[in-house]
Amino acid sequence: MKLSADEDRCCGAGACVLAAPEVFDQRDEDGVVVLLDDTPGDDRHAAAREAAAMCPAAAIEVTEAP
Amino acid sequence: MTEQVVRLPLATDTALDAPAEWEELRARCPVAHASLPSGDTAVYLTRYEHVRSLLSDARFVRPTANDNAARVAPDGVGGAAATGSSTALPDRGEPHRRWRRRVGKYFTAKRMAALRPGMTAMAEDLVDAMVEQGAPADLRAGLGFPLPVYVICDLLGVPADDRDRFSHWSDTFLSVTRFSAEEIRDAQAEFVAYMAGHIAAKRAEPADDLLSALIQGTPDAEDAEDAEGLSDDELVATGMGLLVAGHETTANMIGKMVSMLLEDRSRWEQLLADPALVRTAVEESLRFDANLGFGLRRYISEDIEIDGEPVPAGSTVVCSMPAANRDERAFAGADGMDLARLPNPHLTFGAGPHSCLGQALARTELQVVLETLLTRLPTLRLAVPAAELRKTEGLLVGGLREVPVAW
Repeated sequence: MKLSADEDRCCGAGACVLAAPEVFDQRDEDGVVVLLDDTPGDDRHAAAREAAAMCPAAAIEVTEAP
Repeated sequence: MTEQVVRLPLATDTALDAPAEWEELRARCPVAHASLPSGDTAVYLTRYEHVRSLLSDARFVRPTANDNAARVAPDGVGGAAATGSSTALPDRGEPHRRWRRRVGKYFTAKRMAALRPGMTAMAEDLVDAMVEQGAPADLRAGLGFPLPVYVICDLLGVPADDRDRFSHWSDTFLSVTRFSAEEIRDAQAEFVAYMAGHIAAKRAEPADDLLSALIQGTPDAEDAEDAEGLSDDELVATGMGLLVAGHETTANMIGKMVSMLLEDRSRWEQLLADPALVRTAVEESLRFDANLGFGLRRYISEDIEIDGEPVPAGSTVVCSMPAANRDERAFAGADGMDLARLPNPHLTFGAGPHSCLGQALARTELQVVLETLLTRLPTLRLAVPAAELRKTEGLLVGGLREVPVAW
């Protein structure tokens, strides 16, 4: 799994951090998404997918390994 | 679009039920005509896909006073939230994004997690006070209404003694019909005067709260404008925005969430058996709530099409998030509560660049309330049949008048 986060689209809602705190964080200075791990391990895939689905700005893209 | 006009708000059999018309509208008339209490007309959206995509469209924002858009309530009736709020805050484009990031950084998931112990202590105190008075009690008055205003007062650095005044102002700002135009004007004037004094005090003696931080800005920011603090007008408007957006909404949601979970007590028992479900149960309660108000308005500033239907420039669209949240096309078993539903991309906080700034705060408060009640009052139950719960009248944000409980 490969993740990317679009900082320009991000609206700082923090839904990703609540869903997958090991994978996402928010910058202190403006609340914008920080991707902590763009290739999370298997045990974090479900949480990462949830974070992408929950993002109100559709700023997180998940590319599943073929 | 058919010529049949949907009259908003739609009626329901009981306070917690969804209006029967939603399913019909989603299936047959997802882009409908509606009339608002003001008599003005709007386009009414009920499908998940349409609501999500319009709310995410950065071209369109909430109507402003200059748009000649459909009004919710007749002129002279309704507070700031009904008439379309202050002009002190930027509502679109880059200026809006800038304001949002300056304020939004205080609402990150991490900061809200740091507030959790304080919130839990406040919730426990309120529950203790309720227990002391004995059952039956009104959970709305005892917990749902006070907790969010206490939290907002803490964020703004407002002393505990002034919390009740904030409650009253908040109530007035959100009213559509309950207060006279004069009462609303008075409340707004009082609030502005209070905030002016409070801001001056914070400028003189900054403390560790949101307001002090917004006054000071971010001196080490790369961008000069970000480095500066907010102006007094922006600070007052931000304070009012927090109350309007964060008090009644969360207060009502606490009452509705607890009622929905107790209405069918097997839901409550499922949570007692597996408290790890609190997080998803809160999301599902947010999705399942049929009383969110009739939705968010968007002013259409250029001709567009929705589902092949032309929506001309100058139209006002009402996006029904609660109808979209019950859309079978987006949620399997949409008409039932699934406390473990995952993922749950409901639209209760909106979507796109204007989605709720305080959603991490609201989620944290709701989780804290549920955890506290499950721990302190596992025997909690509704003290009246769910069918006897009554909706609040005259407020934009839907809620229950009372939530009688026993334990």
